[in-house]
Amino acid sequence: MADVQRHVARFTHDSRIPGWDRAADLDKEPAVVPDAATTEVPAELRAAIEDGVRRFPVGDAAFIPALYAVQDYYGWCAPEGIEQAAAVLGRTPAALTAVATFYDMFQMEPLGRKTVYVCTNISCSLCGADELLEALEAELGEEPDVNVRGFECLGACDIAPMASVNGVYVGPIGLSEVPELARQIREGDDPLPARQLVKRPCADPKVAEK
Amino acid sequence: MTDTLLFTDIDEPGLNTIDVYMARGGYTQLPIALKMKREDLITELTGSGLRGRGGAGFPMGKKASFIPKGDMQKYVVCNADESEPGTFKDRELIQKNPHQLIEGLIIAAFAVDATINYIYIRGEYDQQADILDAAIAEARERGMLGENIFGSGFSVQLELARGAGAYICGEETGLLDSLEGKRGNPRLKPPFPANEGLFNGPTLINNVETLSAIPSIIKLGAEGYAAIGVKDSAGTKLVSISGNVERPGNYEVALGTSSRELIYGLAGGPVDGRKIKCWFPGGSSTPVLTADDLDVGYDYDSIEAAGSMLGSGAIIVVDETQSVVELAYKLAKFYSHESCGKCTPCREGTRWTFHMVERIKDGTATPMDLDIMAAVQEQIIGHCLCVLGDAMAMPIGSLIAKFRDEFEAEIEANRNERERKLAAEFAAAEVEIEGVSA
Repeated sequence: MADVQRHVARFTHDSRIPGWDRAADLDKEPAVVPDAATTEVPAELRAAIEDGVRRFPVGDAAFIPALYAVQDYYGWCAPEGIEQAAAVLGRTPAALTAVATFYDMFQMEPLGRKTVYVCTNISCSLCGADELLEALEAELGEEPDVNVRGFECLGACDIAPMASVNGVYVGPIGLSEVPELARQIREGDDPLPARQLVKRPCADPKVAEK
Repeated sequence: MTDTLLFTDIDEPGLNTIDVYMARGGYTQLPIALKMKREDLITELTGSGLRGRGGAGFPMGKKASFIPKGDMQKYVVCNADESEPGTFKDRELIQKNPHQLIEGLIIAAFAVDATINYIYIRGEYDQQADILDAAIAEARERGMLGENIFGSGFSVQLELARGAGAYICGEETGLLDSLEGKRGNPRLKPPFPANEGLFNGPTLINNVETLSAIPSIIKLGAEGYAAIGVKDSAGTKLVSISGNVERPGNYEVALGTSSRELIYGLAGGPVDGRKIKCWFPGGSSTPVLTADDLDVGYDYDSIEAAGSMLGSGAIIVVDETQSVVELAYKLAKFYSHESCGKCTPCREGTRWTFHMVERIKDGTATPMDLDIMAAVQEQIIGHCLCVLGDAMAMPIGSLIAKFRDEFEAEIEANRNERERKLAAEFAAAEVEIEGVSA
């Protein structure tokens, strides 16, 4: 019998999240607070960050609004944006990055600016969310401008299966409506106006009776 | 059937604006509350029997009474980070009647003498946050918020904070960390937020629905409110019904209504006359109940007696065509993704449970894995700072306990399927083994 060579990968069960070692660049200079005087910050971005500081004056509470401002400006949490926010807030960029990586809605890589979150949690998947995500990915997966991803419960199980298109909740979405929805997303139109959550009346019959 | 309290006029066009809200009797309870003594107001809230609607069901008035007196800065934080799968009641309240929440919050803030207050809303609720932001601005303009409101000498500030997508930020101490601009890791308790919460100050944290109920309590009086519902479960509750039902949505019911009435009467039951396999009574974090438990009254104590929890009041119905393994897979995937990683039992337990369910799906599991999986769940419960791990362990543990046969059948079927596939691959491949001629 020939020797059976078995190669067992170090982390066969994916016990490390891919990219866990990305931050460990030992050649890098230690992080410092960027100099507020020499760091150029776009006026629009600075105004947005300072609005957060005004609303949340204590400690680092303005971090999340600042990260939203960076993401709105650059389309993702770009390192130069983080650097600029750090300069305005007087903190290290690492402190901001540490917070940004915790939250699902902060994009750490440049992806499409148009976000399509498809809820794939229990209630939605009982109603066919996995098929919906597949169909939307097939339609829009190649578009560089669009970021389609499955998302955790979006709190709209009454319109399952649903998607949040740039923050607008739409559902229930039938598979036959996917091409139309994809076109609207591509062209920047209002997504399926008749299916938007804000137009939906309350389900409770006691409300309608009055 | 009881009249609506929270959902009164909810579909009235423009109710989200202050004019329509006031025309419908809004902001009339606030000046009444402001004239009361703080102790009396808290007694009123305690007497109403209102229990926290976010999931834990802790008596609201009692929680308010824990806030120490004194000159330190106190806070009220409204938890609008509604991320428990299956729950969507707060979304409807915020979107359609934000001023009811603001009025309730100001009354709560007055009761505990909190001058700086926050509403923490989940980042995904973008449209709802915009509506709430506009409502807060309106309230400020009309003098509901600000210095010396209604000449009471009480000054109150309110800001809206947006989360950025993390289930754990619905846990009260995780929420506080997130509000302070940190990663949303839960804290060790005690100290409880009532003593040391936001920015180390005493903090009262309540859910949207809890605070929204306060104007009704002032209006009806503690006794009037307590008369609705059943013993130890006073008032009305919004129930979010979703999953395999005909008419999913939010329904306002008096606590104690039978679960069958909710699922079949209001939501229409599963489509095509299918049978119910199981249902989650209070969001995906609660142990599942089966069709045998449908006659249980929908209130805190009855659901607990049936072996589960009322939680956030979200009923998820699963019909007979669904696979329990798929259900466990979705659950484990969600909780392992959302575990913040602070406590080992939760971080590793959710992750390995997910891998074990994956093994069942791809046919590499054995029936022994079920025992390991059940044991892992027991190791998680009660061993972490917060209940996220328990939130996975309880439903998965109950699924294995109640549907063990189905798990075993699926393990067997998937194993056979995989072996067939491997045998076919083996037969198709040209294999050369030394000393054996083909």
